[in-house]
Amino acid sequence: MAIFRDFSPIERDRAVEDRRRHRQLTEESIKRNLADILSEESIIGESKNKKIKIPIRGLKEYRFIYGKNVPGVGSGDGSEKKGDVIGHDDNGQGKGNNGAGNEPGEDIYETEVTIEDIIHYLFEDLNLPFLERKKFSEILSESSHKRSGYQKKGITPRLAKKRTVVEKIKRKQATIKSLREAELEEEIGRFPFKEDDLRYHRVKETRKRELNAVVICIMDTSGSMDQAKKYLARSFFFLLHQFIKMKYLNVEVVFIAHSTEAKVVTEKEFFHKVESGGTYISSGYKKALEVIEQAYNPAFWNIYAFHVSDGDNWSEDDNKAIEYAKKLCEVCNLFGYAEILPGVKPSNIKYKYIEKIKDHNFVTTTIDKKEDLWPALKNILKKDSKEG
Amino acid sequence: MDYTLADLQKWGDKIEETAKGLGLDFFPQEFEIVNYEDMLAYEAYVGMPSRYPHWSFGKAYERLKTLYKYNLSGLPYEMVINSDPCIAYLLKENTLLLQILTIAHVYAHNDFFKNNRLFKEGTDAKYTVESFKNHAAMIRSYINDPSIGYESVEKILNAAHSIKLQITRTVGEKILTDEELRQKLIADYKKKHVNYSILEPYKPLEPPDLSKVPLEPQEDLLLFIMEYGELAEWEKNLLEIVREETRYFIPQIETKIMNEGWASYWHYKILQKLELPSSFYLEFIKRHNEVVRPVLGGINPYFLGFEIFKDLAEKYGQEKIFEVRSLERDQSFIRKFLTQELCVNLHLFEYVKKGNDYVVEEVADEEGWKEIRNTLSNSAGMGMVPLIRVSDMSRKDKTLTLEHVFDGRELQKNYMEETVKYIVDLWGHPVLLRTTLNGKNTTLVCDENKKIKYI
Repeated sequence: MAIFRDFSPIERDRAVEDRRRHRQLTEESIKRNLADILSEESIIGESKNKKIKIPIRGLKEYRFIYGKNVPGVGSGDGSEKKGDVIGHDDNGQGKGNNGAGNEPGEDIYETEVTIEDIIHYLFEDLNLPFLERKKFSEILSESSHKRSGYQKKGITPRLAKKRTVVEKIKRKQATIKSLREAELEEEIGRFPFKEDDLRYHRVKETRKRELNAVVICIMDTSGSMDQAKKYLARSFFFLLHQFIKMKYLNVEVVFIAHSTEAKVVTEKEFFHKVESGGTYISSGYKKALEVIEQAYNPAFWNIYAFHVSDGDNWSEDDNKAIEYAKKLCEVCNLFGYAEILPGVKPSNIKYKYIEKIKDHNFVTTTIDKKEDLWPALKNILKKDSKEG
Repeated sequence: MDYTLADLQKWGDKIEETAKGLGLDFFPQEFEIVNYEDMLAYEAYVGMPSRYPHWSFGKAYERLKTLYKYNLSGLPYEMVINSDPCIAYLLKENTLLLQILTIAHVYAHNDFFKNNRLFKEGTDAKYTVESFKNHAAMIRSYINDPSIGYESVEKILNAAHSIKLQITRTVGEKILTDEELRQKLIADYKKKHVNYSILEPYKPLEPPDLSKVPLEPQEDLLLFIMEYGELAEWEKNLLEIVREETRYFIPQIETKIMNEGWASYWHYKILQKLELPSSFYLEFIKRHNEVVRPVLGGINPYFLGFEIFKDLAEKYGQEKIFEVRSLERDQSFIRKFLTQELCVNLHLFEYVKKGNDYVVEEVADEEGWKEIRNTLSNSAGMGMVPLIRVSDMSRKDKTLTLEHVFDGRELQKNYMEETVKYIVDLWGHPVLLRTTLNGKNTTLVCDENKKIKYI
């Protein structure tokens, strides 16, 4: 006779180790794809919870399989006729896509990660230590919420209990009154709350203007800025934006792309625009000054402007660039110039900046490879925390 | 849980009695009642209580969990492994009726394992659990060996897994030694020499090349690499383990439709004989219908196998189906017993992909049904695995030449390239693969540095 046993002779959750390894490989694969993510997706101004789909390489279990042109057999409802279209292959989930014993295509092709994960991976990839957020947290403490009146919709923690009871009583009284008017002598027993009775505190957010900050990203999009440079530029702006966000409740980002002319662009355009021809750095600075004048009064806004370029400027523009850079220093909390992957020749413009601009809130840095990002950022932020 | 172990024991005994009475012949049976998490783990490790570590099992676990979470796949009611005694896992959360149905289902699987030719000749049920345990212990010892370590083991396993199904398909076939093969080739040559036709002009026959490696195309890729490659002893052992475990699973792959059909046929018969209380009867019919219902657009092996066995039993009696379960595999089972009548009743159709659309190519009419039957038969079991074999090894530079035996179905290009790279991981020298792509004969060349080109 059969034996029935009510236990597992193996250790609990035996798959733990293999699952851990699988996740580890998945993460490595994500890291390998970071360069693609940073140069393809809009992430800089996005919320932490935005999900990004990324392809996972290296986790497929490759073997010899047949391609998609292989016929299959399926069962139908009897109404099928020759030539009927029974499914599409847009997402691989057509009606006719489960042929007999047809396994390929079952692999997980992509995974979703959030921006927060990406920060995590990026910091890991760059070997950056995690920053202590505490350092800046006092500055945030002044944000305030004021109650002002009631509203019918809201979140549970803001339920106005007293007011809700009042609403219910009002409704009960009205019911009694109308019953009496209709001369119906009806006893009202239980009188439960209704959705309609619920009231919530309306909360007005009062923002302190001086807690606002704007990051102005200025990038050289001339032909010489290639994919590798853009990856570094993007990582640089991304990390910078993360830092600034730790200090302020409300951070806005403005993207200015320039070659010989400058334009305010979206994040997507910022990183995908490729222009040919030369570079007038001054045009970018001029645009930044315009933007500040129109929208970001330095009296209320903390302004951070950063310029990333490969330093390949037309020399006739150099003096103008220095002049505008000085003006930027006057209105910004911090103005930085980051030179990315300079060519073989040492760049004139950085040298000139260091020579001519003596403002205490001006910084320059050079980024040759991704390992330089962290020292470069530290360098810049050291300057800023002294100011703060 | 609406039952106790004693309930299961009571029903189990009754089922066993009934199954025996109906003519089923099985190994001693053991059941283990496990929870949902354990069941997922058993499924990920294909039922084995012990298995060597590899991330692909972790991936399988996560995948199964996700599928169940999003309700894309039903909960597993049971899991049976081919061993003596036969071990089956039952899901704790099942209702009593579901346990009864599952227990009956398991006894039929057990009978199938014990009597089907492929399992009888291809596996050794007595040592199944033990040998998987030994393999796991051996691989763990390599992982713990500081001169080898996890990553080196993983690299070999990744590569070995990629070609594990490129193995001899004929279960129980004796592998000839090189000397025996040589004798055979010489004998064949002599025979042809003597038996030439006197009506045709005499043409000298090429004598067989007896120094060639391999003498005849070799289907067993892992075996060939173990023999002629330059692997360390521990690496060879890893390949041997992967190869042996695969051989254990081949009969399962080859008889999926028969095995599930057989089990469904018998759980139905057994439950009808059990004199179930009327409160159980409705659930029984409902559950049974869930198991053997058609999958729209696909093939449900439970459904197809059940219908064919039912048809055979009705037409030729019970004797016949016992004979069929002993001798056949899915390919021959379908080729011999899937009739036009069944194709029509089951609404089978054949589809192909045209552009991005799946289009009905054949329906079960006078001409179409044969096409449907052949396609289904050709793609059943190992028919879904492309046949790749070693055709030549250069003695000079060790270049390995593989050939894809083309039957009209082309290989998926990306998977083919990545798999060949894995073979280079094991072989260490250039690998060539002759195949057909877009209707043209093509050779893929992958050098030691895994650079790929086509010639």
